[in-house]
Amino acid sequence: MTGTTTAGRLNALGRAEMTLLARNRTTVFMVLLMPVLLIFVMKSTLQEVGLEDSGLTVAGASLSGGIGMVLLQVVYMNLVAAYVARREELVLKRLRTGEVSDREILVGTALPAVLLALVQCALIVAVGTLAFDLSAPRRPELLVLGLLLGGVLLTALAAVTSALTRTVQTAQLTTLPLFLVSLLGSGLFVPLDLLPDLAASLCELLPVTGVMTLVRAGWLGGVPGHDVLGATLTALAWTVLAVFAGQRWFRWDPRR
Amino acid sequence: MTSDDFPHSGAAIVADAVRRRYAGGFEAVAGISFSVPRGELFALLGTNGAGKTSTVELLEGLARPDGGRVRVLGHDPYRERAAVRPRVGVMLQEGGFPSDLTVTETLRMWAGCTSGARPPAEVLDLVGLGARAQVRVKQLSGGERRRLDLALALLGRPEILFLDEPTTGLDAEGRRETWRLVRELREAGTTVLLTTHYLEEAEALADRLAIMHQGRIVTSGTIADVTAERPARIRFELPAGVPAARLPLTLRAAADGRRVDIRTHTLQESLHTLLSWARESGVDLIGLDARSASLEEAFLDIAKTHMETEKVAA
Repeated sequence: MTGTTTAGRLNALGRAEMTLLARNRTTVFMVLLMPVLLIFVMKSTLQEVGLEDSGLTVAGASLSGGIGMVLLQVVYMNLVAAYVARREELVLKRLRTGEVSDREILVGTALPAVLLALVQCALIVAVGTLAFDLSAPRRPELLVLGLLLGGVLLTALAAVTSALTRTVQTAQLTTLPLFLVSLLGSGLFVPLDLLPDLAASLCELLPVTGVMTLVRAGWLGGVPGHDVLGATLTALAWTVLAVFAGQRWFRWDPRR
Repeated sequence: MTSDDFPHSGAAIVADAVRRRYAGGFEAVAGISFSVPRGELFALLGTNGAGKTSTVELLEGLARPDGGRVRVLGHDPYRERAAVRPRVGVMLQEGGFPSDLTVTETLRMWAGCTSGARPPAEVLDLVGLGARAQVRVKQLSGGERRRLDLALALLGRPEILFLDEPTTGLDAEGRRETWRLVRELREAGTTVLLTTHYLEEAEALADRLAIMHQGRIVTSGTIADVTAERPARIRFELPAGVPAARLPLTLRAAADGRRVDIRTHTLQESLHTLLSWARESGVDLIGLDARSASLEEAFLDIAKTHMETEKVAA
């Protein structure tokens, strides 16, 4: 009898989930077009704001913000809907009768979205470097660290949020708080340097801020060493917390 | 695993004083014990809400019992999930599949997660879904979905098969087909635990069965065991003008107008008495029907007795 391996099981789950993702028109739109649209919106907004104080260019701010946007939409919002849909269709319950472990079910379901998000982030960096005269990543290792932590963090936050979400439709509501808070407070739209000092220090503690700081530091540079350390620790702390909460409170059976 | 201290350690499935309580205090499984030897087909019968599914979920390792012990192939199915799962196949009462995958894609996903999986085409032929391989799950009928669910349960050639109401929602032909398949699997050595509320399903398939009522097993054994204690039944109608009082007293007949109902533990003897009397008195017994105790009778009898005792207790 040939046994199965974790890699084999994740591959099987991931392939099925990728097929589902490609067949859902709303998801395809959300995943492929929304980030691009939002980058243009951000760009025009940032041109009005004036970035002189932040040391960032309009292209740098909007494209690095676009990476955050991809993480939020493609990983977080998309996965909340996916987890809820699989739970309500009793797919999760059925899967749990098989050989896959609980953690593999969660990771396998998330794999396509996370990989897609990473590819899109790579594209954004490539476009920024080639077409918008931005530098190539100055510290690639920080950029990669930020993206990986971001992928894990937002997957775990999606698992937590799905537990609070009754239907796929309400997922659009339950994902709004983190989306808006991150958009305004984690430096996606407005660089934190432009905020008043107190607000800026508070915003540094938000879930996605650490990831965003790492992404900016890795791509555009210009972030002092102690800020990089602080951002890494914040991102790590949130990731550990979210993974713990996700495992603790994830709901496998439908909410009825 | 060390399970020497445990009774029936050779059995495929053992439940020992198992309890399951839901939030809110409702006790769905109130301390039940049974064991299923390898190669046997064991049926759990009961009305809706009797605790069948709650019990099976404990055996499948989907939930941890609140009391007692469960062993499947010598292992705790909840804590030693990884050891048990590759050797069992499960069909839930209500299974779920992503509605936008095709039948083949669903099987391929499941095969990637199943040790020693059969090829998807082979298992589709087994359950008679071969012609629907490229159809999306959301376009399948309820019965076809049940058969897809069965296909997944069979994918890994399991040693033990858990089937929770496998034929609910199937038409008569689909039900016969499923029975045939389950019998074949059993003949090939698979241990099967089946829940059903169709008595004829248990009668057709089960080696042994247990009848559950309100979280307890009220009777168990082979069909012969379960029906043996029950009386056989003779029914007929008397012609107008023949009062039931004229029937021989030894028959202890219960009459409802012209309709007569006799319950007896000695069917042959009672029939003889009845027929001799009818011939001697020149009475026509209209619609005469005599039958040994069936599972249905046993089942209804048990349900009735327990409801009466509850009324008395309350």
